[in-house]
Amino acid sequence: MNGYSGVWVYVEHRNGVISNSTLEIMGKARELASKLGVEMATVLFGNDVSHLVSTLAEYGADRIYLADDEALKEYKTLPYTRLLTELIESNKPEIVLFTASSLGRDLAPRVAARLRTGLTANCIDLDVGCFEDNEKGKRLERILYQIVPAFGGNVVATIVTPYHRPQIATIRPGTFPVPTKAPGRGEVIHVKVNLRREDDKAEVLEVKRDLQESELENAKIVVGVGVGARGPDGVKMLKRLAEVLGGALGATRPVTDAGWLPQEYMIGESGKTVRPDLYIACGISGAMHHMVGVRNAKVIVAINKDPKAPIFEAADYIIVEDMFKIVPKLLEKLDRKG
Amino acid sequence: MISLKVIVLVKQVPDPREYVRIREDGTLDREKARAVINDCDKNALEAALQLKEKFNSKVIAVSMGPPKAEDALREALAMGVDEAILISDRRVRGSDTLATSYVLYKAIEKLGPYDLILCGLESSDGGTAQVGPELAEFLGIPQATFVEDFEVKGNYVIVKRRIEGGFEKLKITMPVLLTISKNANKPRPTTFSGILKAVKKPVVTWSLEDIGAEVDKVGLAGSPTKIMKVEKIGSQRKRILIEGNDVEEIVNNLLRSLQEHGIILEAAKQ
Repeated sequence: MNGYSGVWVYVEHRNGVISNSTLEIMGKARELASKLGVEMATVLFGNDVSHLVSTLAEYGADRIYLADDEALKEYKTLPYTRLLTELIESNKPEIVLFTASSLGRDLAPRVAARLRTGLTANCIDLDVGCFEDNEKGKRLERILYQIVPAFGGNVVATIVTPYHRPQIATIRPGTFPVPTKAPGRGEVIHVKVNLRREDDKAEVLEVKRDLQESELENAKIVVGVGVGARGPDGVKMLKRLAEVLGGALGATRPVTDAGWLPQEYMIGESGKTVRPDLYIACGISGAMHHMVGVRNAKVIVAINKDPKAPIFEAADYIIVEDMFKIVPKLLEKLDRKG
Repeated sequence: MISLKVIVLVKQVPDPREYVRIREDGTLDREKARAVINDCDKNALEAALQLKEKFNSKVIAVSMGPPKAEDALREALAMGVDEAILISDRRVRGSDTLATSYVLYKAIEKLGPYDLILCGLESSDGGTAQVGPELAEFLGIPQATFVEDFEVKGNYVIVKRRIEGGFEKLKITMPVLLTISKNANKPRPTTFSGILKAVKKPVVTWSLEDIGAEVDKVGLAGSPTKIMKVEKIGSQRKRILIEGNDVEEIVNNLLRSLQEHGIILEAAKQ
């Protein structure tokens, strides 16, 4: 599409540190920009964030659009939307990428709707290539392939935005590896911040975070709790297994919905993404919502007494047996060895 | 006494609690899947009905879908909403989130002034969480997403919104659109008397003409995103069945298989 050029990444940061998910996306953006022969740029909004510019350059940003202003101290939907859409309209990037976070999933749809362009949520991979529009008999080049999981773990859909620019997508945290740093010098472009009264509709009263990074996301071994755990006793047993193995405990959405474990334990589409060496799924059926969050596990062991459970399609080692028989035996053996 | 007009958006989805099989060509075998109200849309309905108990409120449920989506709206009526509107038109088929938001926007415009729009955080079948914010943009009103709790005060709402590792509290001017999380409340079940009362209430059906929507902005033609292909990627997992004559043998075989894979399971040093 004429006039649109460049791959942009919207930068998320917390307490003066760029989030890992942003760096992950930058690695992929760099790769896409090289394939397209264009620049990779980042958009950095906030207050007192100028010191992050050098890090963005080291991770491959050719250009950094910087809006550093006291009015941008906290994320607010309307002022951020205004600033970003105006920046996009005047600089015309062909691709804009966001983290699929509470911020990215709030901001990206607002920006996409204002620009009347397409948005694809929760991508698990990206690429660029051509799109044959058989209906219109057209062949379009330089199209962003936005790959998303569809109906159950083993199906993926490729979504394209052929006739609108920019092409916008959100990407799940943990999808790509963090790239390696290299000396780099990005050009900083200062963005003027002009807030409008009509955008002043919200006030942030309080922000509370448990600053501890989740051990679940970094664990080498994760034990997953499904509804097959049947209740608090089953959860306790699996918690013990996770502890003995020096791993972390995670759960499916029905388990956290039922209150057997707090929501922080939820793995899946609206929860966390894990990438352990070993994932032990206990009493988990294998709904897509959950499997999306464990697809980066190196090895998956599934224990489920239902031989028809979809998880067996997506596991490396399959045990068709009651977890209440297998797990105690496993614990017994581990205790003996340890 | 505060008087509120609340609009709740409802989507009918295949029951996520049923296994849905995927055919070889990657399409969904939906024949057996029961259609239900999307999970967190029920939380949005519950939040609206709680407002009705507290204030002088009118609650209108709005859905876009095929004629059978009337069932979802009947259920909303049985839960206690006052009115139900179904936008059903063959031409909206294949709409992506932007086109869907446009249709809902036109319908809500027709309904006149409102104070609150509540919708579920995301649908269980699409999971994009985009329609809420995109609709708020069409309407030109503020939004809060991932809402766990909220309170209506005078002309504003205090919202508790989930963020990574915690939450934030916002004060937002009404009218406002909120996307409600599953943790917000416990949706009430439908009662027999509710169902009886719902039978007498109509579900009003609107076409694109009724809401004044432009045909080229809806359906496949009005959707910026297109599905290029859907592939069944054969599982890259090994799918090795671990068997044994008894539990002891099964566990031993598992440990051996993992060991061959370079994974030694042992008790961590405390």
